[in-house]
Amino acid sequence: MDQENQRAKQHEGSDEVIRVLDLYETREKIYTRSLKGFFKDVRKFTLFPMMAAYFLLPWLNIDGRQAIWFDLPERKFHIFWLTFWPQDFMLLAWLLIICAFALFTVTVLVGRVWCGFSCPQTVWTLWFMWAERIWEGDRNQRIKLDKSPWSKEKVIRKSGKHFAWVSIAFLTGITFVGYFNPIRELVPDFFTLEAHPAAIFWTLFFTFMTYMNAGYLREQVCLYMCPYARFQSVMFDKDTMIVSYDPGRGDPRGARKKGADHKTEGLGDCVDCSLCVQVCPTGIDIRDGLQYECISCGLCIDACDTVMDKMGYERNLISFTTEHNLAGGKTNVFRPRFIGYVLVLCAMAALFLYTVATRVPLDVGIVRDRNMLYRETPEGLIENIYTFRVANMENVAHTYRIDVAGDYDFIYKGESQITVAGGEVYTALVRLELDPGLLRESNAKVYFTVQAVDNDGIRESEESRFLGPSRRR
Amino acid sequence: MSTFWSLWVIVIVAINIVGSVWILFANRKVEVRGDLPEGEVPTTGHVYDGIEEYDNPLPGWWFKMFVITVVFSVVYLVLYPGMGNFPGVLGWTSEGQWQEQVDEAEAQYGPLFAKYSNTPIEELSANPEALKMAGRLFANNCSQCHGADGRGGYGFPNLADSDWLYGGTPEAIKTTIVGGRNGAMPPWGDVIKEEGVVNVANYVFSLSGRKHDAAMAAAGAQVFTTYCTACHGADGKGNQALGAPNLTDDIWLYGASPEFVKHSIRNGRAGQMPAHQDLLKDDRIHLLAAYVYSLSK
Repeated sequence: MDQENQRAKQHEGSDEVIRVLDLYETREKIYTRSLKGFFKDVRKFTLFPMMAAYFLLPWLNIDGRQAIWFDLPERKFHIFWLTFWPQDFMLLAWLLIICAFALFTVTVLVGRVWCGFSCPQTVWTLWFMWAERIWEGDRNQRIKLDKSPWSKEKVIRKSGKHFAWVSIAFLTGITFVGYFNPIRELVPDFFTLEAHPAAIFWTLFFTFMTYMNAGYLREQVCLYMCPYARFQSVMFDKDTMIVSYDPGRGDPRGARKKGADHKTEGLGDCVDCSLCVQVCPTGIDIRDGLQYECISCGLCIDACDTVMDKMGYERNLISFTTEHNLAGGKTNVFRPRFIGYVLVLCAMAALFLYTVATRVPLDVGIVRDRNMLYRETPEGLIENIYTFRVANMENVAHTYRIDVAGDYDFIYKGESQITVAGGEVYTALVRLELDPGLLRESNAKVYFTVQAVDNDGIRESEESRFLGPSRRR
Repeated sequence: MSTFWSLWVIVIVAINIVGSVWILFANRKVEVRGDLPEGEVPTTGHVYDGIEEYDNPLPGWWFKMFVITVVFSVVYLVLYPGMGNFPGVLGWTSEGQWQEQVDEAEAQYGPLFAKYSNTPIEELSANPEALKMAGRLFANNCSQCHGADGRGGYGFPNLADSDWLYGGTPEAIKTTIVGGRNGAMPPWGDVIKEEGVVNVANYVFSLSGRKHDAAMAAAGAQVFTTYCTACHGADGKGNQALGAPNLTDDIWLYGASPEFVKHSIRNGRAGQMPAHQDLLKDDRIHLLAAYVYSLSK
C-alpha cells in the first residue's frame, strides 16, 4: 500500500537506494461502479425495513405519548408499553451485552454480514453513493468530472450532490434527536427556532456527523475506527462464511477472446476485468485473499457473476464460501464454537426476558437520619427516624402498605398506607420507637416491606438499622 | 501566582506545543536505506507465532487531526486562562461560571419562591403546594440538626410540639431563622456547690410534677429564688424574650434524666441556632417559617 507513497532516489555516485517513506498515506478516493445483482437485491430486504423503522418509529404514539422516547430530563426511558427508570439501567447493559453476543454468534456462522448488510455505516454510505450517482453519474463519469476543470455543469452537479447529502444527513439528525425530544414538537419547533438550544445543537451536530461519515469518511470508519472490524478475526474459523475468490479456478488470470478455449491458452476462469475491484466500497481486491477491510457486502460476487454469465462460465468464481469449502472439504456448520455461542445467547435472552417480565415497578429507598443516631422521646423511648422514597414506576396510581419487622417489636409511627400517583416519587417520614430496656445491642436490624394493596406481585423489602444507646456493662 | 511561576508555566506550555509540532513534522517522512524486494511488504520486523507486523502508514487525515488539536490548544490558550497569569481574552473564571449558573437557577426558581413572599405565613402553613417546596428547603437546611421530621433531639429543640423557647408566633419563628439564637445558661456549680445543684434539680422536678425529694426541693427553692428567677421567672415558666426554657412543662432539651438536668445546672449550656440571613434568601426563609409553623399545629 505504501509503495505508492515511496519515491526511490539514487545517491549520486552510489548504487545505494534511499527510499523516502511517508508516515501518512493519502486516502485514495474510491469510485465505485454500480451494478445490479443478487446480493444488491438481498440488501434491500435488510436495508429498507431498518431504514423505515429508524425514520418512522419516533412518529408512533401510544398511551398519549411517543412510543419510543428517551426522556433524559425526566430520566425515564419509554419503550412501547414499558417505562424504564435509571434503576433499570442494568437491564440496558444486559441488553447490549446480549446484542453483542448475537453479533458474535452470527459472525461465527456467516462472517461479517452485519457489516455488509445492516451496519448503519454501510447503509448510509450506500445511500450517499446512490445520491452521488444520481447527480454525478457512475464511476467513469465521476472520475472524469473530478478531473475536469470547474464549469457550470460541474458546479451544478457537485452542489446538487451536496444538497442531497445535507438533506439526508439532516433527516437523519433530526430523527435521531426525535428519539430524545418528542419529534412531533421538535420538527415544527426546529423550523420556527423555538426548539431548545440543545435540541438544535444536537440536530446540527448529527447532521454534520452523518454528512462527514457517509460523505467523506466512509470506509475509513471501517478501516481505522470500528473496533468490531478489528476483533472479529478471533471469531472466524475455517468454517466461517467469507467472501472469497477461488484461486484454484481463476488463476492464472488474463484477458481472452469470448468463445476462445482459455484452458488451452493456460488461463484460469478469471478474465482480469477488475470489475470486482471497481465495485468494492472499501477499495480492495478480493482476489488477494481474506482481508480485514472486507465487509462481506457481496458486491464483488454480483460483479463477477455478471461477467461469468457473459463469458458463459460457471458462476461463483467469487462467492460466499468457507475456507474448508475452498480447500475441497465440507463446511461443518454445527461445530462446538457455534453451538456454544447459541446456547449462551439463548440462556441470556431467556434470563433477560424473565427479568423484564417479572420486573417490579416499585423502588423503595430508605435513609436513616444521619446526624442524630437516636433520640429519646418524653416517654423515655428510643426513637429512630427514616425517610422513605417510594417510586411508583408504573403509570397508574397505587396504594401501598408499609410493614415493619425486625429483631424487636418496634412501635411504628407514621403513615401505614400511602398512595403514590403513577410515575411519581413519594417521600414519607417514618419513626420507630422501642423501650431501651428491651435493646440487647445498640444496633438492630429492621426490615421494611412496601406492598401494593391491589397487587401482591408489587412489593419490595429493604433492610435498615435501628440504633440505640450502647449498653454499659 | 508569582511572576516566576507564571513564566515557568508559560515556557513549559510553549515548549510542549512547539515540541509537538516539531515531532509531528520532523517525523513525517523517513528515509530508509536499501531497496524493498519486488512483491514484498514492509514489516516492522516484529514476529510472534509466525504473525508479522506490517509497517503500514497511518491514514492521512490523522495528520490533519493532529494539526487540528494543536490549533485548538493555541486557540484555547488565547481564549481561556492557561498561560500562567494571563487571564484569557474571554475573561472566563470558574467563579464567574458558578455565578452564571446561580443566576440561571435564580431566574428559573426565583419566581416560584417570590410568588409566596407576600402571603402571610399563617396562610402559607395551610397551602400544600408551598409546604411541599418548604419541606425540601427544610430537608436541605434544617433536618441535619432538627431531624427529618423536625422533632429535634438532644440539644436541638423539637419544632413539632407547642413548646417554644423564643416564641411560636410566625414572626418569632422567622426572626429565629433570620438572626439565629444564642441560648446561654451560665454554669452554677462553683456558686451553689454540689449540694445546691442537687437541691435545685429536685425543686425543678417538683415544678413539672416529677418524682423528687421534698426536703431537698424545699432547700432548692431558696437557691432557685436567688439565682434562677432572673431568667426562668419566679414561677419557673421561663422567659421567651431571653430564650429561658419553661421548667414546668416536663420538656427537656438536654435530656430528661436527673443526671442530665444536674449537668445543665452545674456546667451550664450554650445552645446555638445559626443565623440564616446570609445563607438563604428572604423568600426562602419566609417559606421555611411557614413550614416550621405548620409542624407545631
